[in-house]
Amino acid sequence: MATENPLHQFAIERLIPLQIGGVDASYTNSALMMSVAVVLIAAFVLLTTRGAALVPGRWQSTAEMLYEFIAKMVDDNAGEGARPYLPFVFSLFMFILFGNLLGMIPYSFTFTSHIIVTFALAAVVFVGVTVIGIAKHGFHFLSLFAPHGVPKALLLLLVPIEVLSYFIRPFTLSIRLFANMMAGHTMLAIFAGFVAVLGLAGVLPLAVDVALVLLELLVAVLQAYVFAILTCLYLHDALHLH
Amino acid sequence: MDVASAKMIGAGLACVALVGAGIGIGNVFAALINSLARNPAAQVTPFAFLGFALAEATGLFGLAIAFLILFVF
Repeated sequence: MATENPLHQFAIERLIPLQIGGVDASYTNSALMMSVAVVLIAAFVLLTTRGAALVPGRWQSTAEMLYEFIAKMVDDNAGEGARPYLPFVFSLFMFILFGNLLGMIPYSFTFTSHIIVTFALAAVVFVGVTVIGIAKHGFHFLSLFAPHGVPKALLLLLVPIEVLSYFIRPFTLSIRLFANMMAGHTMLAIFAGFVAVLGLAGVLPLAVDVALVLLELLVAVLQAYVFAILTCLYLHDALHLH
Repeated sequence: MDVASAKMIGAGLACVALVGAGIGIGNVFAALINSLARNPAAQVTPFAFLGFALAEATGLFGLAIAFLILFVF
């Protein structure tokens, strides 16, 4: 049996074909995994905190620990006046976390391994943060690109670099998550392909695959954390202009 | 040289970026081990993981270009 193309796992399948005014709005496997993630997150947060015990049990404790982790991250990294944005950061973190982790289930689909999904999330963050910054500071928002105390001669070189590094943010944010997820899953598929072909010596790529699964679980959680903490840092820049 | 071979060579060259990722990640954890050895009570481990993710990301930008060359163009 020929080894399947390792990129085949990223193929989008239309589960319920649907056309809305000429636009392909089919319910795909990606949409299904997103729905599953949202239902799981809602069930996890709502059901575990239903008792609202003052001394939490195990489940409620888990939900509270996740919430406090993100709340502390927003307070530490986004600074004063960032509390109103905690629901957004929490939702973003949970969505990416559950998306990454659901992708680790064999034969499921990782919706964060598609650049369009991660770019949509990063674009929302970038546009949102920029709008917040302009709404709060008006024209003074542009002082973000000319740091305080820089000699005038250096500004000519520094401002284009600062502007470029600002506008590259949605791309690095999205590509970081997309590349991590795609590279991880592709590696898993490639080593899995070697196992059957090598016969008895297939135990070696299998051992590597087990180690890779552990690494991918770490990366799944870590990339969700990194996305969220970078969102907080960009929010800090917008709210407090360095 | 036909396009398919050029793609393979291009993808292989793009993967050289991962050398930087390896060195960067080694640096991050070397700094973590050093700082924890000097001061075990320091709360620097979350920063180490953040640094690891960002260093890995730059290497993976190169890998993303390799995949782009191989499977998109």
